Amino acid sequence: MDTTHSSPPGADGAGPDLQQHFDATIARDQRIEPRDWMPEGYRKTLIRQIAQHAHSEIIGMQPEGEWITRAPSLRRKAILFAKVQDEAGHGLYLYSAAETLGADRADLTERLIEGRQKYSSIFNYPTLSFADVGVIGWFVDGAAICNQVPLCRSSYGPYARAMVRICKEESFHQRQGYELLMTMMRGTPEQREMVQDAVNRWWWPSLMMFGPPDDASPNSAQSMAWKIKRHSNDELRRRFVDMTVSQAEKLGVTLPDPELRWNEERGHHDFGTPDWDELMRVIKGDGPCNDQRMERRRTAHEEGAWVREAATAHAAKQAARAEKGAVA
Amino acid sequence: MSDDHVYLTLAEGHDDDTRWAYGTGFEDPLHGVDTSVPDDLDAGELASVCVTLADDALVSAQRLAEWTTRAPELEEEVALANIGLDLLGQARLLYSRAGQADGTGRDEDAYAYFRDAGDFRNVRLAELPNGDFAFSIVRLLVFSSWRLAHFERLTAHRDPVLAAIAAKGVKELAYHRQYAAEWAVRLGDGTEESHRRMRKAQEQVAPYLGELFTAYDVRDEVVAVLRQVTEAAGLPMPVYRPLPGSGRTGDHTEHLAPLLAELQGVARAHPEATW
Amino acid sequence: MTADKQDWPLYEVFVRGKRGLNHVHVGSLHAADDRMALTHARDLYTRRNEGVSIWVVRSEHIAASTRDEKDPFFEPSADKVYRHPTFYDIPEDVPHI
Repeated sequence: MDTTHSSPPGADGAGPDLQQHFDATIARDQRIEPRDWMPEGYRKTLIRQIAQHAHSEIIGMQPEGEWITRAPSLRRKAILFAKVQDEAGHGLYLYSAAETLGADRADLTERLIEGRQKYSSIFNYPTLSFADVGVIGWFVDGAAICNQVPLCRSSYGPYARAMVRICKEESFHQRQGYELLMTMMRGTPEQREMVQDAVNRWWWPSLMMFGPPDDASPNSAQSMAWKIKRHSNDELRRRFVDMTVSQAEKLGVTLPDPELRWNEERGHHDFGTPDWDELMRVIKGDGPCNDQRMERRRTAHEEGAWVREAATAHAAKQAARAEKGAVA
Repeated sequence: MSDDHVYLTLAEGHDDDTRWAYGTGFEDPLHGVDTSVPDDLDAGELASVCVTLADDALVSAQRLAEWTTRAPELEEEVALANIGLDLLGQARLLYSRAGQADGTGRDEDAYAYFRDAGDFRNVRLAELPNGDFAFSIVRLLVFSSWRLAHFERLTAHRDPVLAAIAAKGVKELAYHRQYAAEWAVRLGDGTEESHRRMRKAQEQVAPYLGELFTAYDVRDEVVAVLRQVTEAAGLPMPVYRPLPGSGRTGDHTEHLAPLLAELQGVARAHPEATW
Repeated sequence: MTADKQDWPLYEVFVRGKRGLNHVHVGSLHAADDRMALTHARDLYTRRNEGVSIWVVRSEHIAASTRDEKDPFFEPSADKVYRHPTFYDIPEDVPHI
């Protein structure tokens, strides 16, 4: 049996000792590692969350990937190319973390392309101008950082370590986005309009990235108890808004929320309510680009099948030849 | 470690031995190299050599970028992007050198975005559409084998800048050739289908081979490499019948103009803009 | 899906970040053969960092001491493999970037 990547232990009924040991490890804020005993619910929750995160990285390559071939300067082309490549890398780190829990990447990919596992709703919105590349870096990667930096302390070791690596790279992503927007805001009036238009379109979907409000997020409490998640959706959303407001001021753009204002008493910004019905529709598959995103991923996977098979066949032939050579 | 401030933790560990990805222009590979054009060199010819090699690299990088989100496996996404980024980096350095050499002072973007298809000097092989993975691998094998052999000679060029660019490129191209050769062997040997696709790809690439062998005597060297790889892959050496004309003199297929329209569209729609 | 369900096998990747250091486990990947595993490892875990040494080994060939082992099996590698965010020229007074 595979020794590095644990197979799922038989059942939860592994005995009170194991459960106690697990609980104590979590309570001491120590990491659970692949071969430790863990409750089945913990394993399943983690696989679902990590897979969804990995899928988001891979599907998330598409909206920006569209602009690599069209980037208006060679410097921007190189930066965007490197960024989208990083996302493939992040997806791979995360699938690799999921595999330490006994999941299989081919199986997770099947689940994605059959629509049985989700990815972040944000990637179902279209990218309409090059300013979108900047705004995705600023908002979407900014929101991802808010979500992910706490996950560097997630209780599951391989996930936490993958997040450390990813967060460092995301930081480069956010900065390149903001820098692009600053450059565009110093450019022509047309460019400034492009930036404001992109801000208007991406603001609310970005707030929705943190998930439904806490009172409508049934799984959050258990995930927080297990220290898989460290902060609630609303907490992270508020943190993102507080950070972004002053960045928007520096940039000279207006965030499209008339209710947005500083609340001295709370020490945070008040802001409007995202359209949760829209979020639900997009999650259920009715966003502007759901079909297109899934179709692209499915096609790439299916059209790559003969390549993967050929490599497997060649490796088998090589092994057989080597064995024959050894015998002879 | 606290995450109360989500960005604080990111500040850790960014010491000075951090390193950028290749090809993204984050470091100056020409640091310390004298960029003045030597007096005894024909500056116009130097510029033309640089533009030609840059066009090859830019058009190839554009085709590689088209693989993004379409590669046969996620690991290949990363690999193909690495190769694309390397070539893009080479193009940028070579265009910049061309601008210094031809005295116009044009920057890299002037060459990439504001010339028309007839002014591009890339080989037609580079501009052909991607086709399937077999075609892209055969093309990459031929292109990187030729470019590596050519760059190895350029490391001794009398222009120190071009020589430095070539020296950096040699390391990158050796990897590209290795990647393509390994895949060529896998696909040639793998399954009936992959073998059939490789045969077809070889036939499609063969007419465009001749165009590569104009400057420097690298033909024998490149053919020897291709022979070695095709033998290991169980494939025949393609018979090559050169097409008339050459991308080197501005003859192109119908595929270059649409490629450039996509590459240049945004930049040309906003000529006053800065990015 | 067909025979493709037969996935490329899993490899564990170990990287020596610089001379004088041990090889450290950095993660895993899928590859059809050893050569491909090395190529992928270089692309993915070192993003073309020349001069580092990489080991790959089929996951199924690793023997481990106990199932409750505390080894860091997914240790992040040296920082040098990351792209550096400070490249981007952002004014000092923009908060939180």
